[in-house]
Amino acid sequence: MGLLSKKDAKLITDPLTDNNPITIQVLGICSALAITAELKASIVMSVSVLFVLGLGNVVISLMRNIIPSKIRIIVQLIVVATLVIIVDLVLKAFAYELSKTLSVFVGLIITNCIIMGRFEAFALGNGPWKSFLDGVGNSLGYAVILIIVGFFRELLGSGTLLGIQVLGDPIEKTGLYAFGYENNGFMLLSPMALIVVGLIIWVQRSRNQALIEEN
Amino acid sequence: MSKKTDSNSYTMIFAIGMVLVVGSLLAFLASSLKPNISENKRIEKQQNILYAMGVNENDESSAIFVSTSVAEQEFQKYIKKQLVIEGDNFSEDDKAYMIDVKKEKSKAKNGGTRKLPLFVGEKDGKTFYIAPIRGKGLWDAIWGYVAMDENMIVQGAYFDHKGETPGLGANIKYRFFMDDFKGEHLLDASGNFKGIRVAKGNNDPKNDEKTDYEVDAIAGATITGDGVSAMIKSDLKLYVDYFKTLKQ
Repeated sequence: MGLLSKKDAKLITDPLTDNNPITIQVLGICSALAITAELKASIVMSVSVLFVLGLGNVVISLMRNIIPSKIRIIVQLIVVATLVIIVDLVLKAFAYELSKTLSVFVGLIITNCIIMGRFEAFALGNGPWKSFLDGVGNSLGYAVILIIVGFFRELLGSGTLLGIQVLGDPIEKTGLYAFGYENNGFMLLSPMALIVVGLIIWVQRSRNQALIEEN
Repeated sequence: MSKKTDSNSYTMIFAIGMVLVVGSLLAFLASSLKPNISENKRIEKQQNILYAMGVNENDESSAIFVSTSVAEQEFQKYIKKQLVIEGDNFSEDDKAYMIDVKKEKSKAKNGGTRKLPLFVGEKDGKTFYIAPIRGKGLWDAIWGYVAMDENMIVQGAYFDHKGETPGLGANIKYRFFMDDFKGEHLLDASGNFKGIRVAKGNNDPKNDEKTDYEVDAIAGATITGDGVSAMIKSDLKLYVDYFKTLKQ
């Protein structure tokens, strides 16, 4: 890749695997549990976080030399909240339909700990371009886990994917349901998202022993 | 080593400056976009009301409104009368759809008389009576519009919410839930108001039974479902007297 140096490319690829924000840093768990009952919601949330984290990281990075260290957390919070509210207002005025879909996520984005975590850990100490890449990388890492969890929860919980019935009709008893298969309602509840995330962490650590902490 | 950004006075000045900048930026945006936003909300109300009476562009599975560009015309065409019911009196008001149900509800709570809007629509020779309802879900407000015939049998329903959980409570605005209300009775055989309950463990998941005063609940959305039952019960009950006058 000519566009990115090796070091810059690592900023994007690392969070996808060995430094994943959800499975390794254990950030952003709250939203990963809350909104993954449906694949579509997972995707919408991922795109929103990609946007806010990419932009927010750049803003914080540009301000990093003038932010007073005593109130930096509050400043970070204000930056996220402002960005999200601006986007929400503009969408409400010019793309009302889209804003209806996103409105539920606004609160979840502001409180998403990945965003605060990356501001604090990366953007405060690095330049804008690197911070942007870090933001994109981490939100992609977040997206991967959200989409995997959303996929399994929707498939096993409702028998649908993106709202389309892929396993047959549970009421008319067609497809898989004709053989006595039932949707697992448990999958729709938040604790099951935690279990799915746990399984992903298990798979990841058994494939890469270096991730296991020594006791 | 102390940096200049560590001093108390710098921190104060920065904080004040930041609040001023962010505050005025947001205030400016909010007030300059307000006309657009309230226009969008007005059209959405018209679309919602039309949706409930079956004027929509639904395809096989998803709920689609009439497009925003024709909403105004369609609203004029299909909605014949807009009534405001206040106690025993009712009057016509072609801005009745702009009545803020939330405000009227709190007015009633403080002992005032509540203005109840009711929209009379006509489509293919059939008359629909559409009433707005509003209540509480798990996280925030939920609301909707219910279209009924003169016997208070539901002809169509539209629900929406401010912040229910995506994939769970938020599903009240999906067809599979809203369509279940079609044909459900609100009154029992002797004309008493029963409401419609969003029931778990319903014996009738195909929803063939239209006089059981129940529709099938959504898994994982118990509190939102209870909120829907509650707002149907509390808000539509207020219209029973008006429907009685239709029979006289």
